[in-house]
This record gives sequence, structure tokens and C-alpha cells, in this order.
Amino acid sequence: MSGVRVLVGTRKGAFVLTSDGKREKWDVSGPHFAGWELYHLKGSPADPNRLYASQCSGWFGQIIQRSDDGGKTWTQPGTPPGEQTGPGGMPKGESNKFVYDTSAPTGKSLTTHQWYDGTQHPWEFKRVWHLEPSPTDPDTVYAGVEDAALFRSKDGGKSWHELSGLRGHGTGPRWQPGAGGLCLHTIILDPKDASRIYIAISAAGAFRSDDGGKTWRPINQGLRSQYIPDPAAEIGHCVHHVAMHPSRPNVLFMQKHWDVMRSDNAGDLWQEVSGNLPTDFGFVIDVHAHEPETIYVVPIKSDGEHFPLDGKLRVYRSRSGGNEWEALTKGLPQNDCYVNVLRDAMAVDSLDKCGVYFGTTGGQVYASANAGDSWTPIVQHLPAVLSVEVQTLR
Amino acid sequence: MIRVILPGHLRTLARVSAEVQLDVKGPVTQRSVLDALEVQYPMLRGTIRDHVTQERRPFLRFFACEEDYSLEPPDTPLPDAIASGKEPLLIIGAIAGG
Repeated sequence: MSGVRVLVGTRKGAFVLTSDGKREKWDVSGPHFAGWELYHLKGSPADPNRLYASQCSGWFGQIIQRSDDGGKTWTQPGTPPGEQTGPGGMPKGESNKFVYDTSAPTGKSLTTHQWYDGTQHPWEFKRVWHLEPSPTDPDTVYAGVEDAALFRSKDGGKSWHELSGLRGHGTGPRWQPGAGGLCLHTIILDPKDASRIYIAISAAGAFRSDDGGKTWRPINQGLRSQYIPDPAAEIGHCVHHVAMHPSRPNVLFMQKHWDVMRSDNAGDLWQEVSGNLPTDFGFVIDVHAHEPETIYVVPIKSDGEHFPLDGKLRVYRSRSGGNEWEALTKGLPQNDCYVNVLRDAMAVDSLDKCGVYFGTTGGQVYASANAGDSWTPIVQHLPAVLSVEVQTLR
Repeated sequence: MIRVILPGHLRTLARVSAEVQLDVKGPVTQRSVLDALEVQYPMLRGTIRDHVTQERRPFLRFFACEEDYSLEPPDTPLPDAIASGKEPLLIIGAIAGG
């Protein structure tokens, strides 16, 4: 019997929504970690019961949580409740420790990045925005953090080590925070080539490694951003999210601050595919599970007005990989709707038909069991939704 | 026995329901109390003071016998009433945002 598990991170806790393959009736579990910000939760493709969660707070800092039973129970990796010593001699509490690498390969020049006013500012760890488990190993997981850097754990989240070649490749001191902070929010692991990793940073741009994260280079050619001094600069673009279909890892789709973009050569060159969208500002973008040329965005009015145009919540779908878009409105509020849909708050399942899910800052999680043709709120009154991930259970 | 009262979120994280009691060897200071707290409740490492710098997180404050010790050097002795267990050390989160 197939089923779906939706992992929802909110401003005040995490929720796990489950349904059978019909996706009509939903059970809601939560809030987990009530009162904390849950920036992101994600399950391991190699072991669906292994979940990772980023729990954080402006008061108490960063906590990494792990579940080995599909979200029923959680522990800090290496720090089981009630035990005084960690397994394997691991110092307990290490799982929350994200320390920038200041060793020789990184160098002292990386102790600062650019601040909003153009001055240099020390790199300061604030939180984990995104957790990306390995497609093949449940114990390997990547973390994208603010201030922007990429960390990896190979021991199930017990300890974290920076892949410092990203900050160290040369452009790091010129990275500048966007309104949400200098955050590494997107991590894509190529399912066909373990050495290839894509990441994206607001507001630095997209970057690619072809050697498993050791070395990196910007992949922003073709992006044009009118809000930076050189609109076609090598870095400095506020990329909001990037999506890929696993069958075509060289084809990337991007929702930039303004503009929807695609690349057919692993990010070497981008072209705009905003086409007939009513506004091409937005945060989320995702790809249909079975149709690699079918993509989804949620247009938002502007950078200053983070809500849908005309108070109408509309998902736009393109079946041609961009340029030609259709509005999907059935079941979505078409008046007086002023919520936002944040960058990690859309996901798809791989059932037939493909399910599409997104969460709003108003606390609704909408689901479509027919690839976007119609929508139903599967939960309506959560705290503001920060992230939505979906696991298809078979 | 040193008594410490944690903010609600940290009680949940440490899986304790009320105040915690700690054995502290040597002088009773902010540092020695927090060291003992983190040994007994390692899941709190990084939540009260920074993992690396060991500095107090900015939105937390320490009160002892109705006095604010937040800005005192971490090795300053805490009052006798804390050292004897008569009074608890309060760790309080700043209240902001309503």
C-alpha cells in the first residue's frame, strides 16, 4: 500500500502529515519541537524512516534532530535521551556544532564577507536553512547554513564539517546577504553523478562542484539582475530556489528574485523562461515527478510586496519547460489572499498522478493529487510555513 | 548542590520538568555551573553559550539573588546563597516581540 508523508517546518514547530495513496484523508502529527523555528525537515531517500530536522531559535541557537522511525520519535544525533555517554565515544552535543573551517585551505581572507552597506563583516553562524540527505547513504547529509556555507555529516548528523572549498574558491568575500540573510538554501545532489553538487545562496548566486564538494565555481552566466551594480555580474544574484528532475540532472530551473530561468547545460548558461507569467518574482519552483518539462511556480507581486498579485493565490504550471504558463486556481483562494510561499515550501510526490504540495505563511498546506489541476487545503491553521518536503512511501 | 532554573524551551530540550540540581566542584561561578550543567545535560551545549567562544548567547541573562550577573566575568564567584543551594541561579530568556 503506497502512501505519502509530508514534512512541514513552521515558525513554531514541525508537523508530519500522512495519508494513503489516495491522498484524500490526512492525519496530522505535531507540533514537534513546539515553539521553535523548524527551517527544514527532510527524509533520506535511502531509508524513508530516517528524517533530519533543523530546529533553531534566536535565543538558544541551532539544534539538529534526527528520527529513525519516520518522525514518531526524535533525538539529537549522538545524544540519546537519558544516557550520559554517546555511542562510539562521540562527545555529546557535537551534533549542534557548526564551526567554520579556518584551516590553511580556507585562509584568513575568508573571515569576512560583504555586509549590506558594502563593508566587510565577519562570518557568523546563525542557523541551518536546508538539510539534504544523500540519495544512497542514510548517514550522509548536507547542511546549508547562514552565514552561507556548506557542511556535511557522514555519521548520521553527529558531527559536521564544512566543505570549505565553497567559501574558499575566491568570490566569498564579495557575497552579500539578501533580506533574509546570507543563506545557503538550496542543495541538489546529482543522482547520476555523485561528484556533482549544485548549491544556491542569497544573494551570491548558484555554484557547482564537480568533485564532490572540494572545489567550486559560480554558474551564473545568463542571469541579469537590475538591482546590483553590474546586472550580469559573476556573483551577487539573489537566487531564491533551484529545482531539477532526477532523470535530467543537467537541466536546472531557477526562481530568481525576479525572473524564472532554465539551464540545459548544468548551469553553464541560463536563459529566461518567465514568458507570460503575470509577475516573475517569487520564491518556489519545482518539477513534476514524471514530466521533466512540467514545472511549477507561485508568482508573488514584487520584492516589496510579498503576496500574490491581486489577492489571488495562483500556482502557474508550464508543460513546456517555461515560457508558456497556465494559471491553476481551482480550490485556491481567489480573493483577499495575502500570504507568501517561501522558497523551500513546495514539493512533489511520485505517485501516479503526481502530487504537488505547498505551504503558506498563513499556515495552510495545499495539496493537489492531480498534478495541479485542483487543490485542497490538507491543513489550514498552522503557524507560518517555512518548508514542505514530501516522501512517497511504497 | 547547586540549583538552576532553565527557560521553558531548554527544560523541554533537556527533558526536565522543574529546576535542575548540579554538583559543582571548586569555586561556584557562571563558568563552573554551566560546565556542570552541560556535562549533566549535554543536549544543552551551544544553547546557553556559544560552542566555540563560550560567550553567553545574547538573548539570555543570568540572575542570582535578584542581581543581574549577565555581564560579570564568567569566573566571578556567585553569591554564597547560590553556592549553598539556598537560592537558584536563574537563566532567563529576554522577552521580546510579545
